[in-house]
Amino acid sequence: MTVVVRTIARLLFPVALAFGGYVIMHGHLTPGGGFQGGAVAASALAMVLVAFGPSRLKDKKGLLSALESLGGTAFVVLGFLGLGVTFFANVLAGSHGLFGRPVPYGPNPGDLNTAGTLPLMNWAVGFKVLAGLGAVVLLFALFGGEDDR
Amino acid sequence: MTLWASLLTMSLVMTVVAGFLAVVLRDLLAAALALGAQGLFLSLAFYLLQAPDVAIAQAGIGAALTTAIFLLAIRKTRRKEEE
Repeated sequence: MTVVVRTIARLLFPVALAFGGYVIMHGHLTPGGGFQGGAVAASALAMVLVAFGPSRLKDKKGLLSALESLGGTAFVVLGFLGLGVTFFANVLAGSHGLFGRPVPYGPNPGDLNTAGTLPLMNWAVGFKVLAGLGAVVLLFALFGGEDDR
Repeated sequence: MTLWASLLTMSLVMTVVAGFLAVVLRDLLAAALALGAQGLFLSLAFYLLQAPDVAIAQAGIGAALTTAIFLLAIRKTRRKEEE
């Protein structure tokens, strides 16, 4: 691609990645969540692939595969964490530990440190969607030889 | 007409126009970009209809990811549509 596209992509890549992280991080407070944030972050990855060609990211296939496996495993492990009550029971909510602060009563600006296992599950789903969609686009870009046009 | 109604009408009309352009255009790169614009206007309509969750998903998948996949496919094949 041209130098204009490459410069804009280089500038916009960290911004888009940070916005995806923001959507995942605030998934239990605002619209969005793991899937939406992961899709936004994966679109940042796709933008870099379109601008620079797949050759730069060719050796990242193993990293994306490991990240996707990590996300899926973390989601299932978080589900088994509540097995003392039921599968997917929210054991961390209201425990005054990690994400365990009780939800304040009435209208409030939103407390990030609430909701128990739900933010962790959002991160797991976000990493899985980011790695999955990123790997799909990367493999598609690598298909049939790489030509940096 | 209120601001909300006029914005919604504009975004829906632009969705139809962009979708029509995506079908009609002979240059496949321009058609793919028209499809991306169609997804963006559709996500604006979702946002105005009080569904920000769907709007984020539509903007991320429909406007960005599918456009990137179409651009990669056009790069691997040819740009002009043949009769």
